[in-house]
Amino acid sequence: MTPILEVKHLTMRFGGLLAVDDVSFSVNEGEIRGLIGPNGAGKSTTFKMIAGFLSPTSGDVLFRSNNITNQRPSRIASAGVVRTFQETTLFQELSVFENVLIGTHKQAHTNIISAVLGLDRQMQNEAIEATTEVLEFMGLAERKNQLAAELPLGLQRALAVAISLAAKPSLLLMDEPFAGMNPEETRHMMELTERVRESGISIVLVEHNMKAVMGLCDRLVVLNFGTVLDDGTPDQVRHNPNVIQAYLGGG
Amino acid sequence: MNNFIPAKFRPVLFLLLLYAGLIVLPHFLKYHQQDFLIFLTINILVVVSYRLVTLTGEWSLIHAVMMGVGAYTSALISKNFDISFWITLPLAGVMAGLVALLLSYPLFRMTQFYFLIGSFAAGEAIRLSWIQFIKPFGGTGGTSAIPSPELMNIDFLEPIPYFYLVLIVVSICVYLLYRIENSRIGLTLHAVHWKGVLAESVGVNTWNYRTLAFVIGSLFVGIAGALKVHYIGTVAPKQFDIGFMVFILIWVIVGGYRTFYGAIIGAVVLSVLDEILRGVEQLRPAIYGATLIFFILYLPGGLESLPQKIKQKFRANRESAT
Repeated sequence: MTPILEVKHLTMRFGGLLAVDDVSFSVNEGEIRGLIGPNGAGKSTTFKMIAGFLSPTSGDVLFRSNNITNQRPSRIASAGVVRTFQETTLFQELSVFENVLIGTHKQAHTNIISAVLGLDRQMQNEAIEATTEVLEFMGLAERKNQLAAELPLGLQRALAVAISLAAKPSLLLMDEPFAGMNPEETRHMMELTERVRESGISIVLVEHNMKAVMGLCDRLVVLNFGTVLDDGTPDQVRHNPNVIQAYLGGG
Repeated sequence: MNNFIPAKFRPVLFLLLLYAGLIVLPHFLKYHQQDFLIFLTINILVVVSYRLVTLTGEWSLIHAVMMGVGAYTSALISKNFDISFWITLPLAGVMAGLVALLLSYPLFRMTQFYFLIGSFAAGEAIRLSWIQFIKPFGGTGGTSAIPSPELMNIDFLEPIPYFYLVLIVVSICVYLLYRIENSRIGLTLHAVHWKGVLAESVGVNTWNYRTLAFVIGSLFVGIAGALKVHYIGTVAPKQFDIGFMVFILIWVIVGGYRTFYGAIIGAVVLSVLDEILRGVEQLRPAIYGATLIFFILYLPGGLESLPQKIKQKFRANRESAT
């Protein structure tokens, strides 16, 4: 079976700094793939290059064997690769429902004539249905009329995932969804992530929270100084002396 | 009275009364007041179309010039080629939309402050061309003897028939703009405004949506420009200068930009105020300026937030009384 995502020799140079150096790995269908490493290892840069928010200096990103390198983020998203954001990036001024409704763009975007004449009504009703489904799936149904800004942190993160899910991704790229969460919120988010995978969506998880990473991921890529230090199951990676040294520091 | 009319019909009733009032109103006005009413109605289309542009979060300074593009297009085509107003009116919109589409390529490489300055520069480049190229634009003095519309035996040189024409065209355009804002497209424009990267990450091409808002907004203001100059009979660069652009900004800010009707209220209230002050010519700028500062200090949410504020005040008074 061909992998859903292949990262091939990805390199990013910022002036004299080699942030990502010849990184290659793949993600299988239905897998939760962790991308870990110490601060400054190049995780976020790699992540942004996959989602189209940065153009790599060289290398390719293949999604289902199609080259998506250097495409606009919106086009990559329409193809089925959707990212979440590190901070609580939400439409703070809009309701929870509207936030998720915007996520259904691929399914419900319309042209100006249909919008004015109301020809897109059935499509918009379907988008509303899809939104309701996603809200229920993520346990946000009772909060749908609240403003996004009023939600507690844990639910804001759930909402961020809900927006991405509304875009019907095949591959979800999650950027530190556990950052700053308490143990209770972490457990809830782990359950949600597992449910997303069970619904048939492959996941790439960039995360610092080791408990979440070890508990959720099928395989891990460890980056250090922009290169791949190790690639394997959580158990293999945990016992690799190089990985331990990279995390604990030292010479 | 509130209990007798179901909530559903209240907006319909309001609109019926409004239009009945507007149809009767000009017959009770003096000649110059009828002129004023025509320009005010046109300006409503100007601010409502500007609102569409600002929905994506970009405040441009080129809207007045886009109005001019429509005005010149319709004026020159109808005058030089003897083509009917009914054809040049939509052409004015199409031309303004096309110019906006062309300008969107350089302009949308900038955002926020740079976009503001860039749009001003582009606007001035167009406006000063009207002065420089005496043929065909007519230079500083512009072009006059623009033919007025012809339909059956109606005399559109008279203010009242022309007002009805303007009322119909503006109503249709404002209704279309209202439909756009309240459709899926309006929601997406809000998304582009508040968090462009997030919108992009779920598949919204933010560039396309910014362009769409700019082009459609310009199209409608182009129509407003044509309506204006076919009444005055003259088109000149001065009519679309930065001074007029500042008025558009003031109307939108004082009226409020959170709701669709805020800008309309701003344009109506400030224009009527300005008209009332006609009697005290020397004091006019001072009072106008003072009013503006007052609104910005004490009503930052714009005039649209006034009913809410009064309601709150009323409730607070009642609670303290009991």
